Amino acid sequence: MLEIKNLAMAFETERGLVRAVNKVDLSVAEGEVMGIVGESGCGKSVTLLNILGLVPHPGKVLSGEIKFQGEDLLKKSKKEMRDIRGKDIAMIFQDPMTTLNPVFRIGEQIRESMRIHGLFKDVKGGIFKSARKHAEKDRAVELMKEVGIPSPETRYHNFPHEFSGGMQQRALIAIGLSCKPKLLLADEPTTALDVTIQAQILALMQKINQEHGAGIILVTHDLGVAAEFCHKIAVMYAGKIVEQGRTEQVMEDPHHPYTQGLLRSIPKISNRQDKIEPIPGGVPDLAELKEECAFYPRCGKAHDRCLSQEVPMFDAGEGHTVRCYLYG
Amino acid sequence: MKSIKILERLLAAIPIMIGVAVLVFLFVRLTPGDPVDLMMGSAGSVSQEEVQALQEEFNLDKPLHTQLYLFLKNVARGDLGDSFTQREPVTNIIAGALPATIELAFGAAFFAVLFAIPIGVYSAVKQNSITDRLSMAFSFLGISMPAFWFGIILIIVFGVKLGWLPISGRLDYGFNFPSVTGLYLIDTVLARDWPAFKNAVLHLILPSIALGMQLLAILARVTRSSMLEVLRQDYVTLARAKGLREFIVIVKHALRNALIPTITVLGIQIGVLLGGNMIIETVFAWPGLGRLAVDSIFSRDFPLIQGVVMIYAFTYVIANLIVDILYTYINPKITL
Amino acid sequence: MPVTKMPDGLSEEITPGHPLIHLLQIKTKIFITDLMGFVRKLKHHPSALIGALLIIFFLVVAFFAPAVAPHDPFTGELSERLVAPSWLEGGSSQYVLGTDQQGRDLLSRIIYGARISLWVGFISVTISVLIGTLLGAAAGYFRGKLDIFLSRTADLLLAFPFLIFAVAVMSFLGPGLINLILALTFKGWVEFFRLVRGEMLSEKTKEYVEAAKANGQSNLRIILSEVLPNIIHTIIVLATLRMGFFIIMEASLSFLGLGIQPPDPAWGSMVNEGRQFMLNAWWLSTFPGAAILVLVLSINLFGEGLRDILDPRLKTE
Repeated sequence: MLEIKNLAMAFETERGLVRAVNKVDLSVAEGEVMGIVGESGCGKSVTLLNILGLVPHPGKVLSGEIKFQGEDLLKKSKKEMRDIRGKDIAMIFQDPMTTLNPVFRIGEQIRESMRIHGLFKDVKGGIFKSARKHAEKDRAVELMKEVGIPSPETRYHNFPHEFSGGMQQRALIAIGLSCKPKLLLADEPTTALDVTIQAQILALMQKINQEHGAGIILVTHDLGVAAEFCHKIAVMYAGKIVEQGRTEQVMEDPHHPYTQGLLRSIPKISNRQDKIEPIPGGVPDLAELKEECAFYPRCGKAHDRCLSQEVPMFDAGEGHTVRCYLYG
Repeated sequence: MKSIKILERLLAAIPIMIGVAVLVFLFVRLTPGDPVDLMMGSAGSVSQEEVQALQEEFNLDKPLHTQLYLFLKNVARGDLGDSFTQREPVTNIIAGALPATIELAFGAAFFAVLFAIPIGVYSAVKQNSITDRLSMAFSFLGISMPAFWFGIILIIVFGVKLGWLPISGRLDYGFNFPSVTGLYLIDTVLARDWPAFKNAVLHLILPSIALGMQLLAILARVTRSSMLEVLRQDYVTLARAKGLREFIVIVKHALRNALIPTITVLGIQIGVLLGGNMIIETVFAWPGLGRLAVDSIFSRDFPLIQGVVMIYAFTYVIANLIVDILYTYINPKITL
Repeated sequence: MPVTKMPDGLSEEITPGHPLIHLLQIKTKIFITDLMGFVRKLKHHPSALIGALLIIFFLVVAFFAPAVAPHDPFTGELSERLVAPSWLEGGSSQYVLGTDQQGRDLLSRIIYGARISLWVGFISVTISVLIGTLLGAAAGYFRGKLDIFLSRTADLLLAFPFLIFAVAVMSFLGPGLINLILALTFKGWVEFFRLVRGEMLSEKTKEYVEAAKANGQSNLRIILSEVLPNIIHTIIVLATLRMGFFIIMEASLSFLGLGIQPPDPAWGSMVNEGRQFMLNAWWLSTFPGAAILVLVLSINLFGEGLRDILDPRLKTE
């Protein structure tokens, strides 16, 4: 359904070209949940924004294509993109408090997408199109119920600041679902929430995936979250995908040293003896990237070949790919 | 409940108004020199009876605290005394001049808001473009410019050299319509006197621009900076992600939020409008409270000065109160 | 700006004498180093630089007025009344900006007028700052009845729009330079009071104040040497920005005839005098007013630049 091929995108800044997305390949099938995992600043959020063409100035796409249902989104006109946004592909952002407009009521914000995309445009009747408005409102309340917002009829009239963090995020999900999208882009939807709420939201998203058959791309820095309910995982580092495969493959048999490092740095309740081992060093500056493997300075298993040229993706079998010379 | 909070605020304003009245009272009484003498000084020779009458009127023969008490009592009753130069109750004189000032203040505010918002929004959306830099430079100029000078320049350019607009008063001679509110723009519409309406509007233009320019400059800057803030917010990105047209994103989602600081500043600057009134009214011979204040000061008409200053302060307090209340309706997050 | 702090033991050794003089010495040294760093930073802000240069220009011109002005501002040749500026027809190079109704050279009057504007602006701001800072620091630090009384007074004074108040005061006191300054400072201190009080309230809770108290420093010492240096840059920025405002206020009052009286060449009253001649001698009102504009503009430019330099966090870009 969604195929990203060789996408490269950068920001033109005073300090030079900041390559936020550096030749990324991804694909998501219908109804599939893909997780993109990486630390802050690795380019995962920007990848999502690129799909919808929402990258802020001064960002520019340098190469590649993003095929959605066979059509390249990068070649679409502004109007065509607007049609797709919110309807075929919807997005949920990280901090619900800042993502909801504080001066409009929740119900109105949920209805807005429906109105623009003409979900109920064929419903005629009533003065001032009230029949259509009623249909929209009904669906909004229905959505609110579905995402688990209590007393939706009254809450419909609330302002965002009257909702708790978890409820706000549910509202955002409701907005995303309002026009029955085929693909949902979720940019760290649980990061700003408490752990218990996190679990609820994730369960909600799983439900949506199963009941609506909507594909989801989940961006997170938490490998554990990704492992919970993604079918496929892509690990990103410094603008490049360094490992990709089905969840079991990546979690149980991580190939790339970075992935291995990430797994080691997650505290696990099961193994008593493990110390938490952070990966030494820090994330590289995206403005100063060179041709070689960006992970080299922090990699325990590096050798000279890693410095020579750009590391290609190697096949590790059954759809599992790694960008590391250890395997090629 | 909101209405209770509003009432609370109103009541809290009363001590301030009382304080204002006391302050004004003290001013007059504590002026060096005998007030009656000072008033007499501008009237030429007067008889002994008149001196006596004035002294009694001002209760100058009584002790200070009694004077204060009587004064406050009168104010509470709405009696501000009689004007010395015009031999009429001060309240009447003020009531006659107040609508003119209100009309001018609204004219200036309207002018300022009308231009400030589009300028501010456009500058923010096209940040660092030529238009942006120009409008910010222009607004900087507006803040640094003395209003009276600007008014005179307007008069020289548009009134004298180009002759396009009238440069003094509210209305030309010969117009007659029933005075309902005292606000010419409204009264002429009510009377369906369209030539008079047009004439009143023409007279309002230059003074409004002169008075409103500084406000325009300030509002444009505030709108621009708050718009810049807002455009960076996530909910703006979300609005785009929903597939909204850019224009709608800016006007509906961004502007609504960006206007909040703008309106706050507008509320704060009302004092500027009221104060600047004096100057502009003098420059354009506008028959409002400001010109009344200036005239009364020069004629040493103490009761009138007293009354005018108090009314100004009262208006200011009430205007601030209204803005506070309106603000809570605009910003859902704030409760009184 | 750094906090003036000396380990207490050390200061005891060096200056057994008056702590305040010692304070002054340290402060002066720090001030000079800061000043040099400041001038260096100024070069990066072109608008602030222009403002600063213009201000210096005005100061120089005002100071050297007798030498710079081509004519005496007070005497005029009646035969040369209402001469146009030199570049218009009827003008002469003798009177660059023309003459007024008494034959006095406009340029000279404007030059001398700079003295008045600068003087009044500077003095009223300085006095307002001093009073406001003193009272604000006291109110914010000691709180209690003093704070309540002062804050209520401030609120009361704020109930009047600035000009109304100043006009009222002038009307009761009569015109003149001293009364003008009085009128401006009477309301002017309030803004500084609020600023300093607010800052004092927030600084008071910070740790270095606790530490100083624990060290046994007297209240006065704490206010002067610990808290004030941290606040001072905000005060200076506000003072600079208000100076332009005060100058406009003075001009407005003079314009209304309530401030500096003719024949003193105050720019505001010159504009007022020129009103009668708007039809035939427009330059009489235009140029003095333009002078006000340029002076205030340069002060504001400088003030804004100052704000950016001293506290870049305040910039909204």
